[in-house]
Amino acid sequence: MLLEGEIALVTGASRGIGRAIALELAAQGAAVAGTATTEAGAAGIGEALSAAGGRGLGLVLDVADQASIDAALARIGAELGAPTILVNNAGITRDNLLMRMKDEEWASVIETNLTSIYRLSKACLRAMLKARKGRIVNIASVVGLSGNGGQANYAAAKAGMLGFSKSLAREVGSRGITVNCVAPGFIDTDMTRALGEPEREALLAGIPLGRLGRAEEIAAAVAFLVSPAAGYITGETLSVNGGMHMA
Amino acid sequence: MSSVEERVRKIVVEQLGAKEEDVTPEASFVDDLGADSLDTVELVMALEEEFETEIPDEDAEKITTVQQAIDYVNAHLG
Repeated sequence: MLLEGEIALVTGASRGIGRAIALELAAQGAAVAGTATTEAGAAGIGEALSAAGGRGLGLVLDVADQASIDAALARIGAELGAPTILVNNAGITRDNLLMRMKDEEWASVIETNLTSIYRLSKACLRAMLKARKGRIVNIASVVGLSGNGGQANYAAAKAGMLGFSKSLAREVGSRGITVNCVAPGFIDTDMTRALGEPEREALLAGIPLGRLGRAEEIAAAVAFLVSPAAGYITGETLSVNGGMHMA
Repeated sequence: MSSVEERVRKIVVEQLGAKEEDVTPEASFVDDLGADSLDTVELVMALEEEFETEIPDEDAEKITTVQQAIDYVNAHLG
């Protein structure tokens, strides 16, 4: 068990990529706190973890609300201990052409996808600094590297994550803490199932591997970055996108 | 119970890996004791824990020497 003794906090863990990450880290032996925005989502995470034989809990967290973050971390600290692994996965989309984009669409995406990693990283770092170890993995997106029409807000938030991660990696590297990003391409989740058939066909044509990715394939990349084997990797962005964008 | 001064000096020695004889009241964490900016953040964290208090960032920035740390604790405790 590679992650025995580790305590992982995974945000947005009720569905899709976040759920796969929570289950994978639990399978590797970590105690996992998975968060959702609703009570039902949180309960589902707890059930999925115990059904898979993992240790951990599901809890409600609004990553855009500092008071909610403080309360969640207090509960995780009491029940599992301070997180040694933080996976910032929670994210939303509010797609629109820039000329039609509302202030609220811009602000909510920046708040939930980017400001949240500032808040959560800050909240988890104190214990990591003291422990002289820690792993932070931010789930970015291929869109943050390539851009995408209709997603200026989302792409800005995801690209912002990369700069944030590289800066924090420099700040805390001397304390044995690594900070990396995983940039998924098109993964088969509720978010991408919303696309129409023509859009899907067009997308597949641009993916050398000719298929959408699976959430488990993102989880595997995260599990690698938080494992002892990745101890010398920091400030890096690992693309998992079937070749649709090569940096 | 040891004095505030002793407790502060002990934390500085532990956090910065400084020699005890170098931790004089006027010693500057950065200039004399070799602390980098993250060391000073951690030092304040350690002071907060030792004295069970919260030191606001704007106060923390003004604590740059051993004596200033001692004075801060004395002024804000009890």
